[in-house]
Amino acid sequence: MSDWPLWEVFVRSKGGLAHRHFGSVHAPDAAMALRHARDTYTRRMEGVSLWVVRSADIVASDPDEAGQLFEPAADKVYRHPTFYDIPDEVKHI
Amino acid sequence: MPSLPPIRPEDVATAEKIRPDGAFDAPSDAHDPVRAGYLLRLGDDSLILGQRLSEWCGHAPSVEVDLSLANMALDLIGQATLLLGEAGDADSLAFKRDVLDFRNCWLVEQPNGDFARTMVRQLLFSTWQHMLYQRLTGSRDEALAGIAAKAVKEVAYHRELAAEWVIRLGDGTEESRERTLDGLGWCWRFVPELFEVDDEVEQAVAAGIAADPREFEAEYRAEIARVLGEAGLPVPNDQRPILGGRRGHHSEHLGHLLAIMQYLPRTYPDAKW
Amino acid sequence: MYTTELSKQPNVQSIEDPERLAAFEARVAADEFIEPKDWMPEAYRRTLTRQISQHAHSEIVGMLPEGNWITRAPSLRRKAILLAKVQDEAGHGLYLYCAAETLGTSREEMIEALHSGKAKYSTIFNYPTLTWADIPAIGWLVDGAAIMNQVPLQRTSYGPYARAMVRVCKEESFHQRQGYEAMTSLANGTPEQKRMAQDAFNRWWWPSLMMFGPPDENSPNTAQSLRWRIKRETNDELRQKFVDITVPQAEYLGLTVPDPDLKWNEAKGGYDFGAIDWDEFYAVVRGEGPVARERMTARREAWESNAWVREAAAAHEAKRRQRAAA
Ligand SMILES: [Fe+2]
Ligand SMILES: [Fe+2]
Ligand SMILES: [Fe+2]
Repeated sequence: MSDWPLWEVFVRSKGGLAHRHFGSVHAPDAAMALRHARDTYTRRMEGVSLWVVRSADIVASDPDEAGQLFEPAADKVYRHPTFYDIPDEVKHI
Repeated sequence: MPSLPPIRPEDVATAEKIRPDGAFDAPSDAHDPVRAGYLLRLGDDSLILGQRLSEWCGHAPSVEVDLSLANMALDLIGQATLLLGEAGDADSLAFKRDVLDFRNCWLVEQPNGDFARTMVRQLLFSTWQHMLYQRLTGSRDEALAGIAAKAVKEVAYHRELAAEWVIRLGDGTEESRERTLDGLGWCWRFVPELFEVDDEVEQAVAAGIAADPREFEAEYRAEIARVLGEAGLPVPNDQRPILGGRRGHHSEHLGHLLAIMQYLPRTYPDAKW
Repeated sequence: MYTTELSKQPNVQSIEDPERLAAFEARVAADEFIEPKDWMPEAYRRTLTRQISQHAHSEIVGMLPEGNWITRAPSLRRKAILLAKVQDEAGHGLYLYCAAETLGTSREEMIEALHSGKAKYSTIFNYPTLTWADIPAIGWLVDGAAIMNQVPLQRTSYGPYARAMVRVCKEESFHQRQGYEAMTSLANGTPEQKRMAQDAFNRWWWPSLMMFGPPDENSPNTAQSLRWRIKRETNDELRQKFVDITVPQAEYLGLTVPDPDLKWNEAKGGYDFGAIDWDEFYAVVRGEGPVARERMTARREAWESNAWVREAAAAHEAKRRQRAAA
């Protein structure tokens, strides 16, 4: 082996926002992965907090199952506020 | 650049103390030779080490490490720009002085060698610089205190990164351990110079501009011993101290570094870039 | 450019499930993004891997010609700008390698392909940076040409590639400007500086035009790449755009474009320009550029002579885990 394992990098851009996937780095271990993430992805003040996780440890859903996983949600229109008719005169609902 | 601080009576007193001829000058002015001399030491340390680190660009052990090294070099060049700018015209100081007028320590002008030597050099320097700059944030000189406050965060990162690397290399493979020991052997001679206090520093300390490095020498040695311990490396035996950089007496390496760095402004003295 | 100039492999249509292929083509045609775990035709995967890794190699090898001047930059400001710029290129290489890795090839394999000469990179980086003026010239012309190619790739069909290009384009925005600004100092400078500027312009102009790749009629994959949204404009379209934008910028600096056939064509609303020396281009593609050997030697040396560092850090981590487990 001559290159280091791959890590996924998540950056919180500013307080109040969630960490978002930014990209990846190669690093020998977790501490170095954080340093590499900092030196790669926050050179322009892009972040206030970092997460790194080994790419191999990410569990992802199977795109072939996207149909059964996500399409059943499509007809649950009653979950959306715009589904309901409320007379205009009624306020604060 | 920060503007000049207001003149206070105690500053006048200090200024008179340092300038026995009694000539009045604003206490934080660049014409104060003690202040300027001290700024040159700090600025030259950052400049020369930044120049050295930038030699790695495009040649580091991995792309990620290339980015790390460039970040450190950029921090150092930024510090040099501010510090030399306080001492005079930053560019003419960087590009128009010859070796005898450079005030940096021997450690920073040492060639990069391999990655192990580069990281040992960084650990030895950044740990010292960090402890010094922590104190300089309280300097009576507001401009210097401001620069130190900004730089101290950069340097804290350099110090930690270098320590992490020395630990990995010292406690990595047999080869990396050997190389780290070599780097340590190469650089150790230059540590005493970091703690040397000559008349100039003494005066700057007395003026409240500088910090006395002897105050943190024990702390420094303990910290280096801790990192080396974690790296499974012995603390080297003290060698005969190599001194002189602060008075312009450098290794042979600095002249070559300057020949490269200064070639354009010297070849085309009238040009603006 | 980094991405289009070298795509000369024949149109491979491997045998795929026609239904899945049709569904894939429909998604791409609808400007949907393809993500790493999605089904994709083998030829798409292969073409993209080649294109993205070639782009990554170009960013990394491209650090060398400019890196050649970091230690000699003529002012502290120029030194910091140049170092930050070259560092950005390292970042671009890194983002792009990571994007390519999502297609199933490891970075190490890609790097080894580069070092063995199997993988290509942009021809432009096989020319030497002779004087300081080459630095402004590269920022202005080479990054300028690169931006022109990269902006449309932010909407390329492969998600990780598109996202990498968004980041790259954001960072690129200062590269060309710093180049042009530095060129302005030279063009308004001493006679020696003016001479340097014109000489650099003369040397970088034609290779910059070549960066857009062979003419469309010799670019067999263009149609498929356009259909797959891994290329969004043809080589000749981009080249014309570059000439039209750059010539007035050169005139503003008082530089002479080294092309006696260059003239404004009112009817087409663009410049006509002289014939490009494609023999030169293909020679450089074959690895016969003036400093091709120097570039590959430097890259191989950086990778191989520092292998012990990567091994040491990995060994340290293995020991640490062992100790933690004990
Ligand atoms: Fe780039
Ligand atoms: Fe660029
Ligand atoms: Fe690029």
